[in-house]
Amino acid sequence: MKSGFSSDGSPVSRLVEAFHKLPGIGPKVAQRLTYHLLRAPVEEARALAEAILDVKEKIRLCSRCFNITDVDPCTFCEDEGRDRTIVCVVEKPLDLLAIERVGKYKGLYHVLHGALAPNEGVGPEGLKVRELLVRLQGSPVREVILATNTSLEGETTAMYLQRVLSPLGIRVTRLARGLPFGADLEYADDLTLSTAIEGRQPV
Amino acid sequence: MPQPRVYETEAVVIRKMNLGEADRLLTLYTSSLGKLRAVAKGVRRPRSKLGGNVELLTCSRLMLARGRNLDIITQSQSIDSFMAIKTDLQRTSWGLYVAELVDRFTPERQASRALFELLLKTLNRLAGDGAGETALRYFEIHLLELAGYRPQLSRCPGCNRELPLSCRLSFSPVAGGLLCMKCRAGEPEVISLSADAIRMLGRLQDSDGEDVLKTGLSQALNAEIGGVLQEYISYILEGRVRSAAWLRQLRNGV
Repeated sequence: MKSGFSSDGSPVSRLVEAFHKLPGIGPKVAQRLTYHLLRAPVEEARALAEAILDVKEKIRLCSRCFNITDVDPCTFCEDEGRDRTIVCVVEKPLDLLAIERVGKYKGLYHVLHGALAPNEGVGPEGLKVRELLVRLQGSPVREVILATNTSLEGETTAMYLQRVLSPLGIRVTRLARGLPFGADLEYADDLTLSTAIEGRQPV
Repeated sequence: MPQPRVYETEAVVIRKMNLGEADRLLTLYTSSLGKLRAVAKGVRRPRSKLGGNVELLTCSRLMLARGRNLDIITQSQSIDSFMAIKTDLQRTSWGLYVAELVDRFTPERQASRALFELLLKTLNRLAGDGAGETALRYFEIHLLELAGYRPQLSRCPGCNRELPLSCRLSFSPVAGGLLCMKCRAGEPEVISLSADAIRMLGRLQDSDGEDVLKTGLSQALNAEIGGVLQEYISYILEGRVRSAAWLRQLRNGV
C-alpha cells in the first residue's frame, strides 16, 4: 500500500487499512478519515463503532418483503396506512429507499436481492422469487409493479416475473421508461427513445 | 511512432460488471482488436450519455481512450441495439448464451474479423423471425471452428480412416470428432449420434448453413446436436457454460 504507512499493526495503520478495504476508498482518503477520527471526540468514534456493530448484529431480512430491517416484520410491512393490494418488486434495498424518497408510492414492497444474470450463474433460485410467489398466493394483492432496473438483467428479470406471475391472475405492471429529466435527446439510446415515443402523453 | 491516445472501433458488449459508485467494467468484442475490457464511467447514472449504447448485446461504434490499465469509453453511438432480442425472454437468454461463449472462447486483444461477423450475424438471426435454436447450433459449430476446435466428422481422429456414411457413430469430446468402430472401443466417454444428426452437423459446418437455417432443425435434431456440442464445449472450456443451465430451465418451462 502506498499510504506512507508500513503495516506495522499499530492502531493507526490498522484503521487506515480497514478504511482502505471499503469500496471507493483509496489510501489517501483512508488516511484522512483516520486522522479525522483521531482528532474527533471519543463519543463520535464510539458512536461510529457501535453503529457498525449494530448493523452487523441487529440487521436481518424482513420475513415478508426481504427488505433489510431491525424488526421483523419491517416497518413497511407493519404500516397499517399502506395499501396492501399492491406490491412493488425491486432488486435491492437501495432501490426501495429511492422509491420511498419520492413519497408517491404507498403500497408494499418485495426485495429480490439481485437480478437474473444467466451468464453470471444467477438464476431465479438465487433471488427471492419463490418467496414472492408464496407471498402472493391467497393474498389480497391485486397489482404487482415490476421496478427492476432498466438494464438487460433487470429487463430479463421483469420478463421472467411477468411469465411466472401471469397464471396468478394478478395485474402486472412495469415502471414507465423514457427520457430522464434534464437529459439531451441526442444522447438517448434507441431503446429509451423508442419507448419514450411509444409511451408519449397528451399535454 | 507512439500509438494514438484515442481510437474508434465497432464493438458488441458481451459482459459487464459494476465498478465503483456508478462505473461499469465492460467486456467488448470489437471488430478491430478482438476481445477487450474497458471502463464505462458514470454509466449507471440515468443521465449518462453512454447509457443504453453500452448495454449487453448492443452493437455500437465506440471511441476509446487508452488508459494505464484499462481503456476508457469516451463516446458511443449505437449501430444496432437488437431490440427484438431484448424484449423477449427466450431471445435474451439465447443472446446471453452467445455472449458468454464468445467471452469464454477468446483471449484478450486477438482480433478476428470472422468471429466478429459471426457474432453479429448470430445476433441478427436471433432478432429475426427464423429458428433461434438452429441459429445457436450454427453459431456453436462455427465458433468451435474459429477457435481451432472444428469437430472432425469425415475422418476418424484416432486412425484417420474415412468414416462410413449414413450410420450411427460415436462422438468423442476428447478426440474432437466421430470415432470409427475400432477406435471407439477404447474410449470411455463417447456420445452416440444418429446418422441424421451427423448429416446435419456436416451441413451446418460446410455449406454456409443458410439453407439449414431457412428450414430450421426439428426439435429432436436440435436437442441431439445441441447436446453433443454442449458436451464438447464443456470439455474444451473445462467447465459448464453458465447460461446453458438457464436455457435448459427455460425449455422445461419456468
